[in-house]
Amino acid sequence: MTQDYIRQRERRTGWLLILPALLVLLLVYAYPILRAFWLSVFTENLSTNLEPVFSGFENYGRMAQDGRFWASLGNTAIFTAASLVLELILGLGVALTLDQAFRGRGWVRTIAILPWALPTALIALAWRWIFNGEFGVWNDILMRLQIIGNPINWLGDPNWAMLGVIAADVWKTTSFVAILLLAGLQSIPQDLYEAHAIDGATPLQSFRKITLPLIMPQILIAMLFRFAQAFGIFDLIQVMTGGGPGGATEMVSLYIYATVMRYLDFGYGAALVVVTFVILIAVVAIAALYLSKVRHAAGVEE
Amino acid sequence: MAKLELQNLTKAYSKTVVPVKDLSLTVDDNEFLTLVGPSGCGKSTILRMIAGLEQVTQGTVSIGGRDVTPLAPGDRNIAMVFQSYALYPHMTVYDNMASGLKLRKLGVGDIQKRIQSASQVLGLDPLLDRRPSQLSGGQRQRVALGRALVREPDVFLLDEPLSNLDALLREQVRADLKQIFERQESPVVYVTHDQTEAMTLSTKVAVLSEGYLQQLDAPNEIYRRPANRFVAGFIGSPQMNLMTLERVENSVLLGEFKIELPDAARKGSSVILGIRPEHVRLPQEGDCQIVRGDVFLVENLGMSDLVSVRLHGSDDRVLRAMLPADATWSRENIELALPPQSIHWFDVETEARLTS
Ligand SMILES: Nc1ncnc2c1ncn2[C@@H]1O[C@H](COP(=O)(O)OP(=O)(O)OP(=O)(O)O)[C@@H](O)[C@H]1O
Ligand SMILES: [Mg+2]
Repeated sequence: MTQDYIRQRERRTGWLLILPALLVLLLVYAYPILRAFWLSVFTENLSTNLEPVFSGFENYGRMAQDGRFWASLGNTAIFTAASLVLELILGLGVALTLDQAFRGRGWVRTIAILPWALPTALIALAWRWIFNGEFGVWNDILMRLQIIGNPINWLGDPNWAMLGVIAADVWKTTSFVAILLLAGLQSIPQDLYEAHAIDGATPLQSFRKITLPLIMPQILIAMLFRFAQAFGIFDLIQVMTGGGPGGATEMVSLYIYATVMRYLDFGYGAALVVVTFVILIAVVAIAALYLSKVRHAAGVEE
Repeated sequence: MAKLELQNLTKAYSKTVVPVKDLSLTVDDNEFLTLVGPSGCGKSTILRMIAGLEQVTQGTVSIGGRDVTPLAPGDRNIAMVFQSYALYPHMTVYDNMASGLKLRKLGVGDIQKRIQSASQVLGLDPLLDRRPSQLSGGQRQRVALGRALVREPDVFLLDEPLSNLDALLREQVRADLKQIFERQESPVVYVTHDQTEAMTLSTKVAVLSEGYLQQLDAPNEIYRRPANRFVAGFIGSPQMNLMTLERVENSVLLGEFKIELPDAARKGSSVILGIRPEHVRLPQEGDCQIVRGDVFLVENLGMSDLVSVRLHGSDDRVLRAMLPADATWSRENIELALPPQSIHWFDVETEARLTS
C-alpha cells in the first residue's frame, strides 16, 4: 500500500491549526486543575494559620467521613436528575410544537428562547418572590383554586425547597433544550415521515422509529450540556435559598464555596473540587463516547 | 382485481393554484401508466393524492373498487418510490425493506423470504447490512425500489425514481425496471418528465399540462397521433417542427411552396402544420411535396445529423430534419421532402388535431 499523502498532510495542517487553541486551553484549564490537585494534598486552613502543610491524602480521607459532603452530593444528584428528565420531556414537547407550521411561529420561537437569555440571578430573584410564603403568586393561585387552605412557605420548608429550585431551573433551561432539539427535528426530511406513513405507521410509531432515533444525537448533546451546568449549579440556588433551609438544597458547589470562602479551608476545598471534577469528567467522557456511537447509528457520520 | 380509478380528481391549494383539474383515468392490473408533462404541471400532486399524502379537493380515488379517498396512506396498501428515495438513514438496507412489513405484522420468516427474493432480483444481497449513507446513488435507488417491491402492494407509485442517476445508469435501470414490473401484476403509476422513460416503460401514457389531461393513450399512439399541438411538441425528441401557416383554398403556403391540405383541415384562415424531423427526408422518386432552403446549422447526433434549414421564400421559417449521417446534400439549396402521411394538422384556435 502506498502512503496516503493527502490524509497525512491534512492531519499535519490540522495539528498546526489547533496548536494555538490548545496552548490557551492548557493555560486556562489545565493549569488551574493541576494546581487544585496539588493543593488538595496539603492542609491549609485556620488551624495551620493558612500555611500549607503537606498531608498526603488526608483531605480525601476526611471527605469520605464528611456527612455534609455526601448530603450535598446527594442533593446535586437529585437536582440534576430531576431537572434533566423534566427538561428533556418538556423541551421535546415544546420543540415538537415549534416544529409545526402555524401562524406567528417565528415570534413564538423568539419568545421561547427568552428565559434562557435572561440572567440567572434575576430569574432566581423572581422565583424567590413567586414562592414567597406571604406575598408569593404561587400561594395566591393555589389558594384561589382552593387547592391549599393556608399559605405555604415553599422555600422555607425542607421538603418543598428542592422542588422550588428544580421548578425555577426547569423554567429557565427548558427553552435551551427545546431549541437544540428543534434544530434536530428540522433536519429530518419530511419525506421520511411520508414514506413511513405509506409503510403503515401511525404518528406515534413514526415518532418512535424515525423522530427519536434521528434526534438522539441532539438529545444527548443537550443532556450533556445540561448535565455539566446542573451539576455545577451555583447562582440560582445561592440567590433562591442559599443552600437552605437546613442544607436541604445545598449543592456541591455551594459547599465548596462555603468551605473555601467561609471556613477558609483551602486544602480541603481543593480536594472537594478535584473529586467533583473527576465525577464530572467521567460522566461527560462516557456520554461523549456514547454520543459518537449514537451519531454513527443515526447515519450521521461514517 | 386492484384496478386504480381516479374520478374527477381536483386539487386546489388556493383559489388560483389549482395544479390538478378534473382528472379521470383508470389503471388496470398489468398496466403501467406514465404521467408526463412539464415541470409544475401537477404530476407529483396526482401521485401524492393517490398515496393519501395530499388532501383531495374534489373527486375520488378508488383501488380495487374500494373508495380510498378518506383513508390514511397506510390503509391504502400502496407502495411509493420517492424521487429522493426517502430511505431511513438510521436503518440498514434490510431494515429499510422490512419496515413496512413489520408494521403490517408479517412473520419474521415471511419478511426474510420476501426480502431475499427482492434483493436477489435487485442485486442487493451483499448490501443488506449497510446503511443508506454507505451506498451509491444507483444502489440507493435499488433499495428504494426493493422497499416497494417487498410490500407486494395493490398499486405502485413512482415519482421520478431515475432522475438522480447519470444518463448511463438511468438507461440500465430503466431496462431493469421494465423487466421487474412486467413480472408482477399490480398497476403502476410512474411520474417522469423524461419522455424516453415514458415511451419505453409504459403501456399507457398520460400527458399533462397546466393541470389538464391532454392525452391518454398507448405510447406509440401518442407518438403517431398526438391529440393536440401541446402533445405534438412535448413528445418526441428532437421536437416536432410546428408552423402556423396561412390557408389558400385547399392548401397552405410554406414559404414559396404549396402544401396540399387534407379534407378535414380545410377550414379557418390558417392551420398548424407539424412534422417530426425524423420524417423529413431527402427527396426520393415519387415525392411530390418538396421544399428548398439553406442549411444554417448541423448538429451531429451520432447516427444521424440534425439539420436546420431556413426555407426559401420566407425569412423566418425553419425546418429541422434528421438526415442519415452518411447522406450527401448541399448546404445551399438543399431539397427536402415532406411525406403527406407524416404531416400532422392542428387547429389554430383549439390546437386540437384535425386529421384522424
Ligand atoms: N404545498 C403546496 N402549496 C401550494 N402550491 C403547491 C404546493 N405543492 C405544489 N404546489 C404547486 O402545484 C403545482 C404542481 O406541483 P407538482 O409538484 O405536482 O408539479 P410536478 O408536475 O411534479 O413538477 P416537477 O416535474 O417539477 O416535479 C406547482 O405549480 C406547485 O407550485
Ligand atoms: Mg414532481
